[in-house]
Amino acid sequence: MKTLIIIPAYNEAENIINVISNLHDAYPQYDLLVINDGSSDNTGELAHSTHKASVIDLPFNIGIGGCVQTGFKYAEQNAYDIALQFDGDGQHMIHEIEKIIDPIIKEEADCVIGSRFIQNTETYKPNNYRMLGIYILRFFSFLYIGQKIADQTSGFRAYNKKCINFLSEHYPGEYPEPEVIVLLGKNNFRIKELFTQMRERQGGISSIPLWKGPYYIIRVLLSMSMAAIRSKSILNKKS
Amino acid sequence: MRIQYIAIAGSVALFLFIIYLIRQKKLREEYSFLWLFFSAVFIFFSFWRDGLDHISQLIGIAYPPAALFLILLMAVFVIMIEFSVIISKQSNWIKKMNQEVGILKLEIEKLKSADKAGS
Repeated sequence: MKTLIIIPAYNEAENIINVISNLHDAYPQYDLLVINDGSSDNTGELAHSTHKASVIDLPFNIGIGGCVQTGFKYAEQNAYDIALQFDGDGQHMIHEIEKIIDPIIKEEADCVIGSRFIQNTETYKPNNYRMLGIYILRFFSFLYIGQKIADQTSGFRAYNKKCINFLSEHYPGEYPEPEVIVLLGKNNFRIKELFTQMRERQGGISSIPLWKGPYYIIRVLLSMSMAAIRSKSILNKKS
Repeated sequence: MRIQYIAIAGSVALFLFIIYLIRQKKLREEYSFLWLFFSAVFIFFSFWRDGLDHISQLIGIAYPPAALFLILLMAVFVIMIEFSVIISKQSNWIKKMNQEVGILKLEIEKLKSADKAGS
């Protein structure tokens, strides 16, 4: 199985070399693809300097959605069977990769989400304020696709070929994670959620500052709802 | 009566200006339709002065100039919505091009290094 690990990176100079080296040492059989989303620091050069990963330098910053989508396009063009998203900020744990790829190899699921919330975890504890947002997203997601996904915003995900080809065309732009769940669910992809440990961020800045929380939730709900409505037309187009 | 001449001159000038822009290829035909349409509407009402009164009566506007503002506002709204659609379309194109350029740069790099290794 040809497997690609997609590492979106925006101003991750502090972590990127470690992430690449650790991944390469742990999984020499997988290809690594760093997508440098127009970083203003030297993330791209540092990634190149390792010679252990392919690096795509986007000419300018297009945000996490377009950045990860580039990875799916590359995976589609190079006929990968499995694509895995692994964030460059050190939150995701390398030894958990096998766990979320496994159901894809066994063809039990089309998409596997590494979740912080299925079990209690000692390494990741969100505060009450964030939990409120998480509950809201969960509720609407369940409303739209009828499947309970605890961790809507986890970026730690593995996808099979069917998902790669679908998402290279339809991956959403801003705040994509919850919207992808709705898109995949509505289009009858099998989603599986597995518990994985996650770390607090080692460096860099969180993509969602606290004061933007309510704004984030509203934007995400809007895009989730639109994805839910739109999915019917995507299906019709395909058939 | 003087205001009518000014209105006619103004709206005809607007119409001609848009035609001029299209002719000079500074405005593409596909984006000019709404502008032509609304400037034609203004020409129509500047010639037919009672038209506004008739329309106000018809839809129940007590103060006829308000009908003029309504038409103006509608024109601005519709054209702005068209702009938003165009901007969205173009940002999609730009995003796609950005992604393609990124992927192509990587492909070129790979070809180059394969070339070096081969020679």
